Amino acid sequence: MQEDNKQKNKSNRRDFLKKSLITGGLLAAGAIGFEKVFSAKKDSGEKVKVRAPDGKVYEASSDHLKEYRPPPVTNAEARRGIAGKKFVMVIDLAKCDGCKTCTAACQTMHFTEPDREWIKVFKMKDAATTAPYFFPKPCFHCDNPPCTKVCPVNATFKRQDGIVLIDNERCIGCRSCMAACPYSTRFFNWSHPSALQIAAVGEMAYSPEQSVPRRMGTVEKCDFCPDMIRQGKMPACATSCPMNAIYFGDQNEDAVTNASGGTVKLSQFLIDNAGYRHLEELGTEPRVYYLPPKNRKYPGPDMKNVGKEKKKTKPMEMDMGNMQM
Amino acid sequence: MVNEKSNLPTGQASLKSEIETLREDCLSPTRNWGRPTQIWIGCLLIVIAWGLYCYIHQLRHGLGVTAMRDYVSWGLYISTFVFFIGISHSGTLVSAILRITRQEWRRPITRSAELLTFVSLVFGGILPIIDLGRPDRIANIVIFGRVQSPLIWDVISICTYLAGSTIFLFLPMIPDMALCRDRLTVVDSRFKKIRKWIYTKMALGWKGTKSQWHRLEWSMTIMTIVIIPVAVSVHTVVSYIFAMTLRPGWNSTVFGPYFVTGALYSGSACVILGMAAFRKMYHLEKYITLKHFNLMGQIELVLTLIYAYLNLNEYWIPAYKMATAEGHLLNDLFYGSYSIAFWTCQIGTVMVPLIIMSFPKGRNITMLTITCIIIVAGAWVKRYLIIVPTLLHPFMPIQEVPGTWSTYFPNYVEFSITAACLAGIFLFITLFAKLFPMMAVWEVEEGIKIDHDKQSAIEIRKQREEEEAKITGELSALGNETIKQPT
Repeated sequence: MQEDNKQKNKSNRRDFLKKSLITGGLLAAGAIGFEKVFSAKKDSGEKVKVRAPDGKVYEASSDHLKEYRPPPVTNAEARRGIAGKKFVMVIDLAKCDGCKTCTAACQTMHFTEPDREWIKVFKMKDAATTAPYFFPKPCFHCDNPPCTKVCPVNATFKRQDGIVLIDNERCIGCRSCMAACPYSTRFFNWSHPSALQIAAVGEMAYSPEQSVPRRMGTVEKCDFCPDMIRQGKMPACATSCPMNAIYFGDQNEDAVTNASGGTVKLSQFLIDNAGYRHLEELGTEPRVYYLPPKNRKYPGPDMKNVGKEKKKTKPMEMDMGNMQM
Repeated sequence: MVNEKSNLPTGQASLKSEIETLREDCLSPTRNWGRPTQIWIGCLLIVIAWGLYCYIHQLRHGLGVTAMRDYVSWGLYISTFVFFIGISHSGTLVSAILRITRQEWRRPITRSAELLTFVSLVFGGILPIIDLGRPDRIANIVIFGRVQSPLIWDVISICTYLAGSTIFLFLPMIPDMALCRDRLTVVDSRFKKIRKWIYTKMALGWKGTKSQWHRLEWSMTIMTIVIIPVAVSVHTVVSYIFAMTLRPGWNSTVFGPYFVTGALYSGSACVILGMAAFRKMYHLEKYITLKHFNLMGQIELVLTLIYAYLNLNEYWIPAYKMATAEGHLLNDLFYGSYSIAFWTCQIGTVMVPLIIMSFPKGRNITMLTITCIIIVAGAWVKRYLIIVPTLLHPFMPIQEVPGTWSTYFPNYVEFSITAACLAGIFLFITLFAKLFPMMAVWEVEEGIKIDHDKQSAIEIRKQREEEEAKITGELSALGNETIKQPT
């Protein structure tokens, strides 16, 4: 159902955009089929209709359908990264209304447990007198990453395209990187992945680029969806944002695109909107920029209950709450 | 002259008998494995077995069976690791520093100090492996090891220190092993054959020849010099695991010396506790005296002073400025959820011992033992307070997470495994003490000899002085006479 695009990613941004739009369309067309596939897990021999990339619709037994995934790149390739690229993200805080669609899309894409939010939407209020705002926080993929520095076995590494990844086949689970990350971006697989998750992931070959299948005792985090990038698509959070607040692109091309397809010149965009990076003073050089939350069209978060809720809520309720997001 | 000659043989005879009693006092505890010992070992084995069971449980189901979660990703294991590595500094301080400064009183306590170093280092080194998510991939540290990682610095320096302290413990044991080997044949004891074999192997063919003594002393001198910088490096790089991060509370330039002093402070307290325990259990009152406690108490006093000074630097400097992230942490430590533990540690286990030990009466055996128990317990809690509150105060606020993530208290798995490690330390020390003499017999012998030499030297000098006085008296009398004569 997904477009098989093994071409080397030499595409310029128009190509990139075009491809993501085409894929988006195809995904929408195949959505019914998709849903059937997932809902037909119990078997029953029912037939489903699937639209192929050539546009024709086929019928097949749902038991025999498997989601197509392009084969993952090799470990060496995953460590090297995509040549000539410098991936960058811009999040417009003025547009974010805290709906957490990005979190949900990310969790679906990466088969994460409900309590894992690779992109987490914080409710922020810097001082008593300043405005509250929503603050989506993925991994910053720092250019001076504190996490990769402390890794004893080079299981987490910085690639030439700016992405910081984790090789969970090498990670020894010492959690030094979690202690070193100032942004609490990293998660540890404290237990075996749940049966639900194992079923959802299926039999997938592992690559650091897609971060699944998970392994107990290793660290995981936001990976900027490099497997999607190789297919010419944007990360799940960027494409899913209904507010078009998340921009993603290549710094070398000096262009970033959001879910609406609007593409802007990165450098000018940051200058015009006074873009900044979170906790710049730490010197980690994040690859994620923020635009200040000014002239917001949506109300900011209600800060009255922030920080209090965690003590009142029991873990189970919390999990359910997150699941609904 | 006549007196001197007749004195020497009696002096030597008393020296011989003194050495004989010393040897017996040191070796006799290794011969009987009484009921209490057996019960004690049995209890320790039960604790260890339960700990092993918990560890297998943890291996099967992952670290999720502990209370650690994504915010507090290091807990009791790493705190205890830092604490145990700290204890391991005791041996170096007492043994190497006192050796190098030729402190004669060190002789009866070096063995137990060195043993403490060795065994706490072994179990300290095990704890981070227990804390690993993938202990099955431990070989990756060698295969893919990155020298830029503080964790690798730790691996390197702890391994070096372990090798060094093993040699440091073993070298002065060689003459004692020969003694055990030679004496064992006379006295009946359990596991005689195995023990004979162990002693013979460990004595390395020691015969006590002049060249052997020379070599032993030469290698001890080298080891003494080498082990001090290695020991300092160990706790420095342990602190670097934390200090090399940007976290509030850890991002501190004083962490290296802070950890080293904290290690010496808790380690020396452990040596004092060991002294008190072995003195009592093995009836070594004759050798480990109030003098030793007093002197160790003075060392502990100095270390506590330095430690208190570094605590001031560590907390007062950021507290004066109250920078945002650091301010949140300090508020929690000073007035918040950790305030009781924090102030108990700072006042109860640093300031109070400081005051107690300042008085000579505070350095008697009972008082010093109580003080050291407080110090050691406080040092352990302090390690926890360095690690856990910092992890609970990240730069990003903790929001909308399961309740278990935003708090931490070790659960039964962590307590059981940590207790098993502690029991392992006790078991090792017990078995060691039941196999080998807990005092370096030859070193104490040497001390006795030196004392005797000194005494006889004093006596000789006294006699000479008397004689000289006599002669000068006679001479002056003569002189007077000669002076008188002309007049």
